[in-house]
Amino acid sequence: MKDLFRGELVRLSAEEPEFQAKQEALWQRDSEFHRLSGSGPAEVVSVKKIQAWLEKNIEGVNPERYPFGIRALADDKLIGFMGLWLSLIHSEVWVGIGIGDREYWGKGYGTEAMKLGVRYAFLELGAQRVSLGVHEYNPRAQKSYEKVGFRLEGRTRQDMLREGRRTDSLWMGILREEWFEMYGGEA
Amino acid sequence: MFDIATQLFDGPDIRLGPIDYEKDPEVEAKWTQSAEFLRLFEFDPARPMSAAAVKKQYEKLEKQIDEQKNFFHFMIRAKADERLIGKAMVKRVEWTNGNCVIRLGIGSPEDRCKGYGSQALQMLLRFAFAELNLFRVTADVAEYNEGALALFKKFGFVEEVRRRQALEKDGRRWDLIVFGLLRDEWSQMPARALKQAKA
Repeated sequence: MKDLFRGELVRLSAEEPEFQAKQEALWQRDSEFHRLSGSGPAEVVSVKKIQAWLEKNIEGVNPERYPFGIRALADDKLIGFMGLWLSLIHSEVWVGIGIGDREYWGKGYGTEAMKLGVRYAFLELGAQRVSLGVHEYNPRAQKSYEKVGFRLEGRTRQDMLREGRRTDSLWMGILREEWFEMYGGEA
Repeated sequence: MFDIATQLFDGPDIRLGPIDYEKDPEVEAKWTQSAEFLRLFEFDPARPMSAAAVKKQYEKLEKQIDEQKNFFHFMIRAKADERLIGKAMVKRVEWTNGNCVIRLGIGSPEDRCKGYGSQALQMLLRFAFAELNLFRVTADVAEYNEGALALFKKFGFVEEVRRRQALEKDGRRWDLIVFGLLRDEWSQMPARALKQAKA
């Protein structure tokens, strides 16, 4: 059986709440990171509160939620996070990713992590499709997702308002049969 | 046009109102005894519900409204006899982005195709744009829900996203279609078209 958590550049991890909270608190200083990855207003939250929230999440095993840390294999450094949400009835997986460490932007780390996440969704979670949303103003992420095999399915017009400008959200999806054709079940 | 006298919740044949804990649980429970309504209204699996379960759902709902402050829920009642005929909601309001998702449904097939959905949608949109001051409204509709597709198209909603094979029902996959309507589009809808849409 293959190791679904390991690629060639990165591995998917589980992080200790204390360490993860500190890391998230550090990356939240970078509002551009937040604005690329999130849609709500950027906030600053205490380490204590983040840790409490993370600890709450591990109180039981939620069969719908699959959070991962992303670590660079070279030095095992934590560089970002990825979350998968499984709709049990419809077998649809939503994926969200953020590389908090700017040193690792534009170098293929996010793309590979996303490939691992999508593979996990199809081979381990039995997904029929994987979906994601991405901001119109984040072309780097759009290209990354296209490389993974996501197809653009449409745009919700002007659903974001930032810096006085209204922008669209792009919605992408990859179907089970498409993924198997692309990767032959291997990836 | 600034006109605070225009009624937000009062339509020609229906009105939007709050939950009636005495009467509504039984009516809504009755709708769920046929899978038909829930299979159209919900993406989650249809299940029959007791009046007691519906009541608990209402309580959870009102708690959610209080806590999250991004959700507005209405019961649709026929004005003639105060009968509960459906529900409508504005949810997932993102205040900073000025957007929301809307949903509405008429519980019993006998009450459909009478224009009540149109009247409710008309009021819901006015509430979202002119009272919540939102910029855009989204509606998620399953490909198999012809009634909803027709209603939103009638009101000028634009089909924006086709989430391919996102739903499974009756042994096959279906697309989920995302519609959007912008405030400018809504306000520019000529009065004549709106009147036709209401009929």
